[in-house]
Amino acid sequence: MDAISLMESAANGALIGLMYSLVAMGIVLIYKSSSVPNLAQGSMTMLAAYVVLAFANSAGAPIWAAISLAIITMFIIGLAIERVALRRLAGRPIIMILMMTLGLEIFLRAGSMTIWGGTTRPMNLGISDAPLFLGPLLINRAYAFGAVVTIAMFGFFVMFFRSRMGVVLRAISDDYTAAWSVGISVERGVALSWAMSAVVATIAGVLWSSVQGVDQSLAQLLLKGVTVAVLGGLDSIGGALLAGVLLGVVEGIASSVLDPLLGGASRDLVDAAMLILTILIRPHGLFGRHDIERV
Amino acid sequence: MLFRQAGIFHTDYSADRALFPIPADRWMIGSLLLLALAAPLYMNTLYLSSYLLPWLVWTAGALGLNLILGWAGQFHLGYAAVMGIGAYAAVHASRAGIPWEIAIVLAGITAAVIGSVFAFAALRVKGLYLALSTLALQFVMDWTISHVPAISGGTQATLQAPDIRLLGWAVTSDAGLYYVALVWCVLVTSFMLNLRRTALGRALVAVREKDYAAAVIGVNSFYFKLVAFATSSFIGGVTGAILVGTFYHAVTPEQFSVDVSIQALAMVIVGGLGSIIGSYFGAAFILLMPGVMNSFISWAATKFGFSLGIETLAHLPQAFYGALIIGFLLIEPLGLGKIYNNIRDYLLVWPFGYTKK
Repeated sequence: MDAISLMESAANGALIGLMYSLVAMGIVLIYKSSSVPNLAQGSMTMLAAYVVLAFANSAGAPIWAAISLAIITMFIIGLAIERVALRRLAGRPIIMILMMTLGLEIFLRAGSMTIWGGTTRPMNLGISDAPLFLGPLLINRAYAFGAVVTIAMFGFFVMFFRSRMGVVLRAISDDYTAAWSVGISVERGVALSWAMSAVVATIAGVLWSSVQGVDQSLAQLLLKGVTVAVLGGLDSIGGALLAGVLLGVVEGIASSVLDPLLGGASRDLVDAAMLILTILIRPHGLFGRHDIERV
Repeated sequence: MLFRQAGIFHTDYSADRALFPIPADRWMIGSLLLLALAAPLYMNTLYLSSYLLPWLVWTAGALGLNLILGWAGQFHLGYAAVMGIGAYAAVHASRAGIPWEIAIVLAGITAAVIGSVFAFAALRVKGLYLALSTLALQFVMDWTISHVPAISGGTQATLQAPDIRLLGWAVTSDAGLYYVALVWCVLVTSFMLNLRRTALGRALVAVREKDYAAAVIGVNSFYFKLVAFATSSFIGGVTGAILVGTFYHAVTPEQFSVDVSIQALAMVIVGGLGSIIGSYFGAAFILLMPGVMNSFISWAATKFGFSLGIETLAHLPQAFYGALIIGFLLIEPLGLGKIYNNIRDYLLVWPFGYTKK
């Protein structure tokens, strides 16, 4: 294992990690506004990819139009999920809410498999397969594109949280009772955060399926997304971005070192270990807010 | 009516504290037990070994999970891993020549020791973070089981489980295996029934309601969390061992994957948190639902003359299962056990619904 190939795995890992942050951002958006840990984010990502393909293949739309249509569809689906499933559970014990998102996960995953079937299908965004040369390092073009889009999304959210609607969402996430009492419609804010999270899931779904194709394995991005979200702090978008890079680099290096030793598939192990270590050492993550509990 | 309370007077404390103070309940439990004991006589072996037996074993498993989730209020998204540890421990122990009775106890102890690792996560965090760390531990356990050849016997391997031998007699008949499952299920049920009357059970409930408040009144919440995790892991481990011994007859890592954890969780949620009869209903519901769903679809397909692709047929029950969890949480969050209790409460005072029970 020489230095160049290690650096290469680190660089590609950082780019992959940024694409993980996109999944994590969806989780963070929802958690910030309503303290709901969305375990269905992975299957929302998968559903979105299938919706894009449905528009592109069945309706014959060009890929950019299919993506825009899918974004609109997912916006509505996000609103619907919040309205139908989550709003009635507000104030219930967290176990009910967790189970609800798990139920949503199973329903969305199996539902999209029922409708569209499980064979892997490609999604072509027109990114060439030729690697980028960065000095001596070979960089995957699709990862680089994904990383750029992620940073653009992060920039968008930084701007958004300074706008009027963004301030409303920040107020809700700070203290929803206080927000309620000054006349902010908490329901609308939470619904908006679900819709935005579904849109982020669409973008993540498109980017990931351009890398690995559209199939059930997109739903397994959940573990990565949760790990990144917890590591960065469940209510910090910037934390998700940095934690994504961190996880990507650690995963890239660790798997290139550990895979030959352990016989492959050490990525998931690294994720799980990172998640456990984060929770045991610093449960509120790198940039999350540390809540004080009253008896 | 059936559950009539009129004329039942408890004249001493022990009668008042009995497990089933109402005679109708005692009659019901007694006749159900008789029916269960006589099941091999009137039931054909297909139903006995492919429906009744897994239902009983999974009920015991669901009760173990209910102990940690419904009584102690701690999350456990890694219950299948604990069951898997028990299963592998029992299979390895009995392959090494240890008698099966001792092997399943060893399985329970191994599962309890490793399962207590989950409790150390519970010391540090709770709620959502505990759920996520148990989920991560499930992934670690899965990985360890499937990647360590000494445990799984190599990648993609299936380990044959030796026949169950009780006191030297090989139990191979369907009826024999069924009785093994029945005895375990009855044991776990009576443990859980009695748990709520003991100091341990009350301490667990105190920890569930608010662990800090429990600590203030002198309940050592960490100790009881540890006990809850160890006990439920013991039940889970033995259940896993019995599941493999009586139903699967061979053990692979996929039998105890994260999906199975979610399935066990669904049994508890659909059945009702902290409800014993609910665990029976929940296990039956989750186990039977895919089969019923499949036969319903094929019936509807022939009746209405439409045909579905194989992939659609394969995934539709799964989608329905997800929808079911969502539906239960929206309509009756306390599950089938609560529905049963509502009906029972109604019958207790029928036809005088305005009286208090």
